[in-house]
Parts: sequence; structure tokens; C-alpha cells
Amino acid sequence: MATQAAFMPGAQAKEHGVLWSWLTTVDHKRIGILYGVSAFTFFLIGGIEALIMRLQLARPDNTVVSAQTFNELFTMHGTTMVFLAIMPMSAAFFNYMIPLMIGARDVAFPRLNALSYWIFILGGLFLNLSWLVGMAPDGGWFGYANLSSAQFSPTHSIDFWMLGLQILGISSMLAGFNFIVTIVNMRAPGMTLMRMPVFIWMSFVTQFLIVLAFPAITVALILLMFDRFFGTLFYVPSAGGDPLLWQHLFWIFGHPEVYILILPAMGIVSEVLPTFARKPLFGAPVVIYSGIMIGFFGFGVWSHHMFSVGMGPVADSAFSIATMLIAVPTGVKILNWISTLWGGSIRFTSALYFSLGFIAMFTMGGLSGVMHASPPVDLQQTDTYFVVAHFHYVLFGGSIFGLFSGAYYWWPKITGRLLDERLGKLHFWLMLIGFNVTFFPQHFLGLIGMPRRIYTYAPDLNWNFWNLISTVGAFIIALSFVVFIANVIKTMRSGRVAGPDPWDARTSEWTIPSPPPVYNFARVPMIHERDDFWAEKHGSGHGAAPRPTPSPVTAAEIAAIHMPPPSYWPLILAFGLLMMLSGLLVSMVQVVVGGLWTLYAMYRFAIEYHRPPAGHAH
Amino acid sequence: MTKRLVSPSNVRTAVLLAGVAVLVSSCGWSLWDSPMTTVRPRSDFGKWIDEIFMLISWTTLVIFILVEAALVYACWRFRDRPGAPIPKQVHGHTVLEISWTIAFAVILLIIGIPTIRIIFKTQEAPAATDLRVDVAGKQWWWEFTYPEFKITTANELHIPVGRTAAFYLHAPDVIHSFWMPALGGKRDVVPHRINRIVLTPEVPGESVGQCAEYCGMSHANMRFRVIVHPKDEFEQWVKNQQAPPVESTDPLAQQGKALYTQSTCVGCHTITGISAGQIGPNLTHFGSRKSLAANMMANTPANVAKWIENPDHMKPGARMPNLGMTGEQSKALAAYLLSLK
Repeated sequence: MATQAAFMPGAQAKEHGVLWSWLTTVDHKRIGILYGVSAFTFFLIGGIEALIMRLQLARPDNTVVSAQTFNELFTMHGTTMVFLAIMPMSAAFFNYMIPLMIGARDVAFPRLNALSYWIFILGGLFLNLSWLVGMAPDGGWFGYANLSSAQFSPTHSIDFWMLGLQILGISSMLAGFNFIVTIVNMRAPGMTLMRMPVFIWMSFVTQFLIVLAFPAITVALILLMFDRFFGTLFYVPSAGGDPLLWQHLFWIFGHPEVYILILPAMGIVSEVLPTFARKPLFGAPVVIYSGIMIGFFGFGVWSHHMFSVGMGPVADSAFSIATMLIAVPTGVKILNWISTLWGGSIRFTSALYFSLGFIAMFTMGGLSGVMHASPPVDLQQTDTYFVVAHFHYVLFGGSIFGLFSGAYYWWPKITGRLLDERLGKLHFWLMLIGFNVTFFPQHFLGLIGMPRRIYTYAPDLNWNFWNLISTVGAFIIALSFVVFIANVIKTMRSGRVAGPDPWDARTSEWTIPSPPPVYNFARVPMIHERDDFWAEKHGSGHGAAPRPTPSPVTAAEIAAIHMPPPSYWPLILAFGLLMMLSGLLVSMVQVVVGGLWTLYAMYRFAIEYHRPPAGHAH
Repeated sequence: MTKRLVSPSNVRTAVLLAGVAVLVSSCGWSLWDSPMTTVRPRSDFGKWIDEIFMLISWTTLVIFILVEAALVYACWRFRDRPGAPIPKQVHGHTVLEISWTIAFAVILLIIGIPTIRIIFKTQEAPAATDLRVDVAGKQWWWEFTYPEFKITTANELHIPVGRTAAFYLHAPDVIHSFWMPALGGKRDVVPHRINRIVLTPEVPGESVGQCAEYCGMSHANMRFRVIVHPKDEFEQWVKNQQAPPVESTDPLAQQGKALYTQSTCVGCHTITGISAGQIGPNLTHFGSRKSLAANMMANTPANVAKWIENPDHMKPGARMPNLGMTGEQSKALAAYLLSLK
């Protein structure tokens, strides 16, 4: 057991302290928790930014914040929610759940996984550091050229945004490749692609979207960096550059990004519904193919963000049709989810509430999306509050409801304790009501002409009433998260102990203890079908012979499990990278020092395990 | 029981219900009214958009009701009952799934075909007989030039009813978006490009327009007024704008005129016959405009004086510098500018 103890996080904590064990961890579960806690913290920051904006807009000609501050708030709210809240919340589930659901002991590259996290958290802190130095980005989360040029944005505010996004992009790319390799290579025996849980499938598609979409924004940001620091003129129209080049590059990234945000939530819902309806996902192959189709079409629709720039009728028609096509697989998914419930025996848990909320709200976001898929209609709706309402129905009503469904669903697996169901349902109802009170009136506001990104408005436009209602709703949402936090605090110590399978669930993560041991599976499972654990418990319904009861796991078996030891190089490498990129704001000396630091850390990272570490028996 | 009917709690309930009813009906009554409403279109362009918007709205409303009803019904009908057996493990239904895939495709065809028809209809090239208006979007105000009449004005767009207008959009600084919600959709104003909107106003009257693409600090303050005139009224307006400004004999205005000509105002502003600056708005008929600073406030002597004293205070980031004009000077300037009818 001594050998095994060397890899147990608990044991390391005794040797080096708890903090050190977290800083050097390469355990996908701990990294998942780090992602989750960080993302939720950023989510609260982004939420506070939203509340301040809603206070400012509660009344016409209001003066809660200045124009400059408001512009910073909406820029940082969008950037934070997309890159620092929803994406890493999904990443938390990728990290924690992918190995557990494919029957693996860790991801393919555990240290790379740690590196992704450290780059992400340092990038997120760097972006928010801009508040403290009074230079928060103010160009919008979409950072349109040529407003972002040195001429029109001379301070470092845009630089913080540009470099922050670049850093976060590196993190996402590393994680994307890591999960692709993990899913391709590390599935348990018997888990064919079509036997993979649908959450794994949606995650898999998401990773491809990440590794294919992020290069586009990387290129866009590099051109911007050259424009701003080295005097190139890629986006400067007066010198023959083209600000629309930025829009194309940004949206070739930006639209797949929407699916990067929603597909993981769709995956979660596809796990939660079957568990609580006690039925398999209806038409699982169709749901999977639909997810792939959505990912594929997602790369062919970027210009629907640009119907108003004047691309001409042919391009408008092509992008309009492509956009409408995406509604087909999306609609199919919704009907499949409802059919999953149909004929089931539905247990109404908090996790299921949030999944039902997802279906109901995402449907509305999808339908309003069909409206501005039509370019003439879009010419009235784009850049108004109608679009703000639409994408909050997709990203809040969709992604956030889905992710919190996942949080309630997997919480007992991760912590070993169940969240309080009554508080969970209170959270749900407050969030659902608050969400609709906030965002439904914004459809009206958009239709009666309220543009986005305005810090103030005149009192005689009939916008006052709905803006006030919307502000009230935002505070109801805030209250719902107070309930969630209270629930977490209350149940952390005194919550009911979950046991390995509190929901009578269907997939392999529920076969192991909660929380799982560091090696996840004492014995790598053999997978016979998609809902393998359910079949094991209740029979597959295919008339297969009952499986033989496995022999008990021996201590020797556990002692023979090889797990990667901790490493501090990911953290050191991430610091070097941050130092190099942030050096652009300070001095070239820092860039060079950071660059050398990064190179050295990469070298040490690479050769770390050429010799087996001391005390390592395998 | 009759006694019960007028009990305090019943009265309270009745008052509350009546209050809610009044509130709801008053909201419902005025919900779609706004000087910037998109759902009461006043031009051919706006009507075409509204037509397709209504088609999609009703279609999606039907789908919305069906889907949400199915969801709610499934939740109610198939709720867990104590002692219920494990439900039948249904994995799918190929015919059903193929049918609703096709159904969705057909619905999108119903929306897609008229969409494409209207895309092409709304982007037709302007005719030579159209009234050409050159629109320049600048941080953070609008300049309107009528080549046909040799008029340049700012932040107040005047067009005649019934004559097709062709707006040629350009921007000297960053991207803006030209939007007159009551008259139809928006079109971005992109530096070093010319974009177009062609439309025919059908109803005379006033409405409000605004920049719809985030363009920096005072994006929220880049507004303008749209006045659709009856034909005669428009001709009168054109004549008035073509004439040189009326000289006022008011001593304060005369003092303001002297101040204007001697200060840096002339470097940026044009007043026909007096100065030829090109950076700020043309002030030749400033006094004829109803609003100030891109439709931020009423064009009154007090507001104009305040503006001159500290433009940035009234419009954050305003490109017009603070010229250090004192109370008397700004009042004189305001009097002069407002005399330019």
C-alpha cells in the first residue's frame, strides 16, 4: 500500500501541505474541481458586472456609472461569461467526468491538463487585473476593428483584452487536444464510439470545435497585436486595411464558439433526462449525429452576425439558408429529449428541473434565433435588445441551466454528499422566474428600438417600464445564486451521504465510490452497451444473459495501479507564458525574460520523467 | 354570505386585481408605441421586413406552444408514481424521427423562400431619380448631405413622403450603423466603403434614429431625428436650407457672431459665408434644428450655452474641445447660433 499512498492526494497533503498538493496536482478530478470553483467565481464576478449595468439601465438618463465604466462593464461581462465562466464550467465537467464516463483512470496527458488550468486561471486573473489598474477593456467582447486600433483606443485597455484572450486560447487549445486524444484512446474495453455516453459525444464534438475555431481568433488577435504594437495596418481602412477582415475572422471563431458553449450543456441534459425518466435517451444515434451536424454547420454560418455590413444579397441568402439548416438538428434534439420523458417514470429532482428548464428556455432562444436567421428581419433586430434577449435564452436559458443541471446531478459523485433538494428547487424556481423577468421584456425593448451597448437612454421612448422590470429580474437571479451558495455551504458538512449511485443512474461513473478514489476504477470496466451500468443493474432488455458477478478487488490489484505523480512544471510554465505576454504592456525585457522562462520550463516539463522519480516503484 | 363579500380581504383582493388589470392593459395598450418602434413600419422597406417578421413570429409561436405543451404534458402524464414499475426501455422510433426532421425542413422552407425574395427586393440598386442623401457617421453624430440641393446638415434628417430616398453611407472614423427603426432595417456605416439603404417613406411624421453599432464612449448618444415631410413642406425646408442664414440684429447675437469669427470655432464648423470648417457639424441653419448634440437635448439657449462651456460633460468623450468660454461668452454664442434659422 505504500506505493499507492505516494500517489494519493491525501498522502501528499501530509508531506507537503494541502496548498502544495493542489498546486502540483495532475489528477483530472482535482483539476476539474479547480476549474469548477474558478469558473463559478468568475461567473459571480460577471454577474455582479451585469447587476451594475442593470442598475444603470433601470431608469432613463441614470448616473450610477459613467459611460466609460458602462462600456467596460459590458465588455468584461461578455468576455467573462464566455471565456471565464461558461467555457471553464464545461471544462470542469470535461475534466471530472470524461475519464469517469469512459472508464479511464485519468486523461491522456495529465500534466498538460494541469497546464491548461494554470494558463486559464492566470489568463483570467490577468484580464481582471485590468480593473485594478483602471484600464478595463472597453471595446466589446467582440472587439470590432477599427475601434480597437491604437488611434481610437490608445490606452492599454484593448491590450489587456487582446493578450488575455490569447492566453485563454492557448489553454483551450491544449485542453481540446488533450480531450480528443483521451476520448479516442482511453475508452474502456468494449466502449465503441456508438456506446459512448452522449455527454462524451457532445464533449468530443466540442473539442473539435475548439481546436478548429480558436486558430481563427488567434490569427485575428495576432494581426491586431501587430497593428497595435508594431504599426502594421491590417485593420486600418485609411491605409488600405479592412476592418471587416476582423469581423470575418472573429465570427469564424465566434459562431462555433456559441456551440462550444451549448453542446456540453446538451450533453448533460442527454444524461440527466434518461436517468430521471428511467428510460434510455430516445434516438440516441440521432441526437449524436445532430450534435455532429450542429458542429459542422457551425463553421458555415458566421456571416449571419454580419447581415447588416452589406455583403450583398447572394451572401446574405447563402448564410441565411445555412443558419436555418442548423435549426433542423437542433429542433430534432428537442423533440428527442421530450420523447425521452414520454412514457418514462419521471422523478423530479433538482437536476431534472434544471434540464427541463433547459429544454423550455433553449426552445425559446432557438425560435427567436430563427427570426434573425432571416436577414431582412435581422436588419431590424441585430444590435438591439432583441438579440440580447435571444442569446441569453440560449446561453443562460440553455448553457447555464444545463450546466447547473450537471452540477446538481454530479455533485454527489464529486463531493460524496447530496445537495439539499428543497433548496435546489427553490434555486431553480427563483432562477427560472428571475431569468424570464429579466430577459423576456428585452424582446419588447428590442422591437421598440432599444439598441445594445448603450449606457443611457432618453425618457420618452417607452423603454422605461420594461427596463425597470428587467432590472428587478436580474436581482431575482442574483438571489437564486445566494440560495445555491447557501445550499453548498449547508450540505458540505451535513448533507446526506450519497453513496456510489444515488440516482439509480445509467453510466459507468456511478459504479465507483463517491467521491472516486484517485485511480477512479480499481478494475477497468468492460462495456457492453451505451447504458452499461443500467443494464448491469436492471438487465439490458435485449435478452442478454445476466453477467457473472465479478470477484472482489484485492489490495494487490490496487497496489499495482500506476498513477502519474504530481508536477510543479505546469504551474511554472504557465507563469512564464503569462510573464512573456504581459511583458508587452511593461517592457521588452520582461518579454524576453518570460520567453526564456517559458522555454526553460518547457524543456524541464519535457524531460521530467526520463528518470523515474525517487521512491517510485514502477 | 353577503356580509363576507365586502370583507376587507375581498376588497383588498379586488383592488389588487383591478390594479393588475389596469397595469396590464395600460402596458398592452402602449407596448409597441415608441418613436423607435420597428413594428409600426412607415416605409416600403419597413413593411417588407414586418411582413416576413410576422410570418416567422406566427410560425414560431405555433411551434413554441406545441413544444412547450408537449413538455409540460409529458412531465405531468409520466410523473413517477409510488410503486411504478421500471418503464419500457424504448430506444427510439425511426419513422417518427425521420418525419419530424422532414417537418422541420418543410417549415424552414416556408420561411426561407419569402426570406430570399425579400433579401433581393430590399437590396435593389437605386434609380437615378431617387433622392440621394449622403450619410456620414462620425463619433458621435450624423452628417446628412443632399447633393441634389447642395445642402449639408447634421443630426436631423428631412425627407419627403412618397419619393424613394437612397442613403449612401460612409464613415471617416470607425464603424457605425445607420438605423431609422420606424422606416426599416439598419445598415452598417463602414470606413472606406459606401453602403446603401433605399426606401420610400409612406407616412409623414417624426421618428427617432440611432447608431446601432458600438462605436466608442458616447455610442449611446449618437442619435438623430427623422422628419418625413409632405411634399410641399419638404420643398419649403429645402428652400430655407439653401438660403443663407438670417442675420439677427440682437446685440447679444451680434456679440456672439464676433466671438465665433474670432475663436477657433471656425476651424471645425461651417456657417455659409462665415466659416468653412469640416470637422464638426455644419451650423448654417443651427437655429432651425429642434435638438442639440445628436438629439441628446432640446435646442434651447440654456442647453447650447451649457454645451459650449463643457461639451464633454454633456456628452462623454465629445470630440469638441472645451474652449474655456465663460458664462457671458457662451450665452452670446448660443444666442448667435440659435439666431441662424
